[in-house]
Amino acid sequence: MRPFIVLLNKEFIKLRRDSFLPKLIVILPIALMLIAPLLVRMDVRNVNVTVVDLDHSTTSHRIVSHIKASEYLSLVGSTAEFDLAMKGLEEGTIDIIVQIPDHFERDMAVSTPEKISIIANAVNDVKGSMGTQYVVQTIAHALVEFGNEKSPNQLSEVVTVQNRYNPTLNYPHYMIPALMIIIFILVCGFLPALSIVEEKEVGTIEQINVSPVNRFDFTLSKLIPYWVIGFFTLIVAMVIAHFVYGLIPAGSVWVIFLGTTLFILTISGFSLTMANFSSTMQQIMFVMFFFIMIFILMNGLLTPIDSMPDWAQTFTLLLPPRYFTDILRSVYLRGTTIAELWQEFVALGSFAIIFNILAAVTYKKQA
Amino acid sequence: MSETVISVRNLTKRFGDFTAVNNISFDVYRGEIFGFLGANGAGKTTAMRMLCGLSYPTSGSGTVAGFNVMREGEMIKRHIGYMSQRFSLYNTLTVGEKIKLFAGIYGLSKQVTAKRSEELLARLKFSSERDTLVKALPLGWKQKLAFAFAGIHRPEIIFLDEPTGGVDPVTRRQFWEMIYEAAEGGTTIFVTTHYMDEPEYCSRVSIIVDGEVRALDTPTRLKQQFNAVSMDEVFRMLARDAQRGE
Repeated sequence: MRPFIVLLNKEFIKLRRDSFLPKLIVILPIALMLIAPLLVRMDVRNVNVTVVDLDHSTTSHRIVSHIKASEYLSLVGSTAEFDLAMKGLEEGTIDIIVQIPDHFERDMAVSTPEKISIIANAVNDVKGSMGTQYVVQTIAHALVEFGNEKSPNQLSEVVTVQNRYNPTLNYPHYMIPALMIIIFILVCGFLPALSIVEEKEVGTIEQINVSPVNRFDFTLSKLIPYWVIGFFTLIVAMVIAHFVYGLIPAGSVWVIFLGTTLFILTISGFSLTMANFSSTMQQIMFVMFFFIMIFILMNGLLTPIDSMPDWAQTFTLLLPPRYFTDILRSVYLRGTTIAELWQEFVALGSFAIIFNILAAVTYKKQA
Repeated sequence: MSETVISVRNLTKRFGDFTAVNNISFDVYRGEIFGFLGANGAGKTTAMRMLCGLSYPTSGSGTVAGFNVMREGEMIKRHIGYMSQRFSLYNTLTVGEKIKLFAGIYGLSKQVTAKRSEELLARLKFSSERDTLVKALPLGWKQKLAFAFAGIHRPEIIFLDEPTGGVDPVTRRQFWEMIYEAAEGGTTIFVTTHYMDEPEYCSRVSIIVDGEVRALDTPTRLKQQFNAVSMDEVFRMLARDAQRGE
C-alpha cells in the first residue's frame, strides 16, 4: 500500500506544480463548451423561401403565413410565376421554392392531391437539406392545424417528417454530449499517455522499473489523477450545459456517471496500451492523434452513424466511444433508462476490461 | 572478501544479429568496489541492466544477491540500488518529497523514512535544502542526492552506471568518498565508468571490450600484468583493437 500512496502523491504534486496542465484542465472544458456549440452549428437560419401559389385557397394562404412566421425561414415573396421564382433560385436570392399546385385544397378534400413540390438550391447542402426539412415541417404543421378542423384521416399523406426529442434540431443540444466525449478523450486519453511517455523520454521510468514497485500500482497512480480530472470536467460541462444552454439530462444523472466511469476506464486503458508501445513523444502524439481522429469522425459525434456506408457502420462497432455516444446522447436528450441501454453498457464494460488488461500486460519492467 | 554477492556465468545478450554482451563470467564479493570499464558501446550498460532485472539475458546464468537473473528479477530489485547517468530525478519534487517517494517505493514505513531522511540530509549537509525543488540544484548535488537515494533502503548492492558523468573534479572526489563510506558499511558497489582515474579507486576492475571481459583483477596487478604505469594505459592497450566504434 505504501508504494502506491507515495506514487499517487507524486503524481498529484507533479500535476500541481506543472505550469501548464492545471490551466489546460480548467480552460479546455469551459472554452470548448462555451464556444464550440456556437461555431459548429448545423441548424440554418434565414432560409429564403418563395411560394409559387397556383391554388390561391385558404390552405395555401395558411401555408404561406406559417412560412412567414417561422423563425428559420424568411419569405421573400409570393408569385404565381414559376419561371420568375426559378430565376431567383439561379441568382441565389432564393434558397427554396415551394409550389402549391392548382386545386390543391379541393383535391385534398376529396382524394389525394397533386403533391406540393419543394425545389431547393443544394449547393450549400446543409442549408439545402435542412431548409427543405424546415419547409416540410412548416407545411405539415399548417396542414395538421387545418386538417384538425376538417378531416384528420387524410393527413398521413403529407406529414412525413418529425424531429422528435430535439424538435427544432437544436444543434447545441445535439453537440453538447458529443463535446463532453471529446473532452474525455483528450483529458483521460491523451494526457495519461503523454505523462507515461514523458517519463520514458526523461528517463525517470527507469527508477520505477529498477525498483520493486508493482506495475499495477504504478499504472493506477498514473490514471487516478486523470479520472478525478475527468469527473471534474464532466461536472463543469454539465453545469455549463444547464446554465448556458438550458440542457438538463432527461434521464438519470447516475446513468450518465456510470457510463462516464466506464468510458474513462476504457479510454485511459487504451491510451496506456498505446503508451507502452511508444518510446518518444512524437510517436505517441502521432498514434493518439490518428486514433482520436477516427474516434471523432466515426463515432456519430458529428455525423450520424446511420448515414455512413455499411462497412463503416460495421466498423464503428469496434470503437468504444461509439457506445458512449449512444449512451450519453440518449440519456441526455431522450431520457433512456439503463435497462434499455444494457447492450451499450455491456459493450463499454467489456472494452474497459480488455484495454486495462492489455495495458497491464504490455507494461514490461524487464525487457 | 569471500562471500559472493554477484555470480555470472556465460551471460549473453543479443539484439537480433548484434551480440551486445558475449559470454561474460565473473564473481563479485561482498563489500567490494567492482569497476566495470569499457568504451562507449562496449556493452557495459547492457550487462548491468541484465544484473538489475531490467533486461532478460539471451543465454547464460547468474545470481544477484542470491536471486536468479532469469526468473527472479523482481526479487533482485528489492535488494539492490541503481543509479544511472540517464537518471533524471523527478524535477518538480522537492528534496524532502523525493526522499519520501524513494523510501515509499521500497516500502519503508513512515517512521523509518523520517529517520533516514534526517540522517541523509545531515550526512550530505543538505538539511537547509529540504524544500528546494530538485531542478534548482546544481548537477553535482543532484548526483550525490541520486546516490543517496539509491542506498536509502540499505540494499546489499548498489549499481552505478557512469555516476560521475559531467561532474566537476571536486564533486567527483566527494562522490567517491561517499562510495567508500558505503562500501565500508558492507555494501557492494558495482560501478561503470570511463574516467580513467576512477578505476584506481576500485577493489577490482574488469575491462570489457566488444561485449567480452578481456581483463579482470586488482588495479595493481593489472598494471603489473600489462607493464603499465596507469589504468589508462592498460585500458588503451586492451581497447586498441576494439571492433566497435563510438
